[in-house]
Amino acid sequence: MIDVARGSAARILPVVTVLGILTVFWYVMAIPLNAPRLDLDETAGLSTLARAAWSMDRPILPAPHQIAGELWSSVLFHPLTSSRNLLYHAWVTLSAALAGLAIALALGIALAVGIVYLRTLDRSLMPWVIASQTVPVLAIAPMVVVVLGNLGITGLLPKAAIAGYLAFFPITVGMVTGLRAADPLQLDLMRTYSAAPLAVFTKLRWPMSLAFLFPGLRVAVALALVGAIVAELPTGAQAGLGARLLTGSYYGQTIQLWATLVMAALLSIVALLVVGAVERAVLHARGGRL
Amino acid sequence: MDEAAVLASETVPSPSVPVVVEARGLNVAFEADGQRVNALTGVDLTISRGDFVSLIGPSGCGKTTLLRAIADLQTPSGGTLTVNGMTPTEARQARAYGYVFQAPALYPWRSVARNVMLPLEIMGMSRSERAARADRYLRLVGLGDFARKFPWQLSGGMQQRVSIARALCFEPTLLLMDEPFGALDEITRDGLNVHLHELWRRTGMTVVFVTHSIPEAAFLSTRIVVMSARPGRIIDVIENPLGATRELGIRESAEFLAVAHRVREGLRAGHSYD
Ligand SMILES: Nc1ncnc2c1ncn2[C@@H]1O[C@H](COP(=O)(O)OP(=O)(O)OP(=O)(O)O)[C@@H](O)[C@H]1O
Ligand SMILES: [Mg+2]
Repeated sequence: MIDVARGSAARILPVVTVLGILTVFWYVMAIPLNAPRLDLDETAGLSTLARAAWSMDRPILPAPHQIAGELWSSVLFHPLTSSRNLLYHAWVTLSAALAGLAIALALGIALAVGIVYLRTLDRSLMPWVIASQTVPVLAIAPMVVVVLGNLGITGLLPKAAIAGYLAFFPITVGMVTGLRAADPLQLDLMRTYSAAPLAVFTKLRWPMSLAFLFPGLRVAVALALVGAIVAELPTGAQAGLGARLLTGSYYGQTIQLWATLVMAALLSIVALLVVGAVERAVLHARGGRL
Repeated sequence: MDEAAVLASETVPSPSVPVVVEARGLNVAFEADGQRVNALTGVDLTISRGDFVSLIGPSGCGKTTLLRAIADLQTPSGGTLTVNGMTPTEARQARAYGYVFQAPALYPWRSVARNVMLPLEIMGMSRSERAARADRYLRLVGLGDFARKFPWQLSGGMQQRVSIARALCFEPTLLLMDEPFGALDEITRDGLNVHLHELWRRTGMTVVFVTHSIPEAAFLSTRIVVMSARPGRIIDVIENPLGATRELGIRESAEFLAVAHRVREGLRAGHSYD
């Protein structure tokens, strides 16, 4: 027990230290960045200058407590369905990201199975899979949204498609590696049983590949969120963290902008924690080793 | 079969005992980096039902290769090979044998019991029968209490015993074992030798057994095949005169020591080659 406590303290201490240093640095940097916009006379002391720089309405760089305050009031003082509540926007983005992740899982796993089992697909498809990731999302997102919009498909689906487009790649790569990871002896064993290809897949290749799925899934979750946010930028969407970022920057409301960024970061942290929990549950069912 | 044939079959090998493995002029060659390695050359071997045949010889003489050829895990480059009168491929598809590899080859995400049940699942056995068999054969190898553990929680020797239980549990009539007791201490090894001997006696199955241990080969086998390397070949086949019922004490007998001596001489002759 003591060891556990010491272990978690040892893990938290560096994080807290870095956070502290960053916060101090942030406050210091806020002064020179915001000072040009302040209307103070030459004689003002440093403390006056700092206090003014840390409490502007539309600062270049808002102070951390301003961002925290904005987050706090947005989440607590507006109903969950209100467009002034950041949780509402977070949910809009998250639902698109989750739908995108589902698409990515289905597509990524199907592609990986095809690539592993069909030699022709390995040669013909893998280069396209890799090439797809060299096209910037920012270029693709508006096209997808416009094309799908012309087909009468709007709302969640275009965003999910873009999120899935980004997120399927790490899943495909992880699963291709995982499905090929069985060693020759483990495969020979199946051969001695004269096992059908389906049995080899369900009892060897698939369980083997799970160990390779989770690292890919972590990256995919983060990418799905990025994809959903980016997809909200060009669509003129009314809701979502991306839309909120856009209005924030359009109207120069930097505090809102930064609060939205922090919310996006918090969202991906929570998503990663959930993936970690699922991984631990799978791990437990498999005796502590993947 | 008439009575005379039955009487004949109870003495020495006779045509009425079915042949399980038949190799004639068997060659296996590997092509590696443009170099040809003759792992087996001109192997002639007949194994009848109920035989316990040990393969012994220096490292690299092709023992594993011979076992893999019988199991249709390795395609011969020449000669003929039949298993139960069929081609090795047909025999494999008929699930003619159980194979214990030189390494345990357990699936790390399966518990010990579920590893043993793997062939039973593939062969479509009912859940209750699977559980009963896993339990029975894990007990046989002395691991009854480890059913719920996972492979990484077991020592190397224990893992190897799990793989033996996995090969035994679907009760094949032909058992191919590649150094199954190589990773075990002497006492456990003795115990498992006795168990294997009794199982073989009781079931009448055919065993092809690779070992580096002369006493083990002499204790278990009806016949000992001595092999030599570069090129891999059979240099002697020794009929074991020891009776069918054996216990560990037999290893002090003059008969046993004579067999062991002959095996050792054969091995030494094979070694002087290089
Ligand atoms: N897959 C392979 N590719 C190339 N050469 C091989 C291969 N497998 C075996 N060999 C060669 O065939 C020969 C026989 O190997 P084999 O594994 O049958 O030996 P062994 O008698 O089982 O040895 P050990 O007692 O060390 O297990 C060796 O010279 C080895 O280098
Ligand atoms: Mg070997």
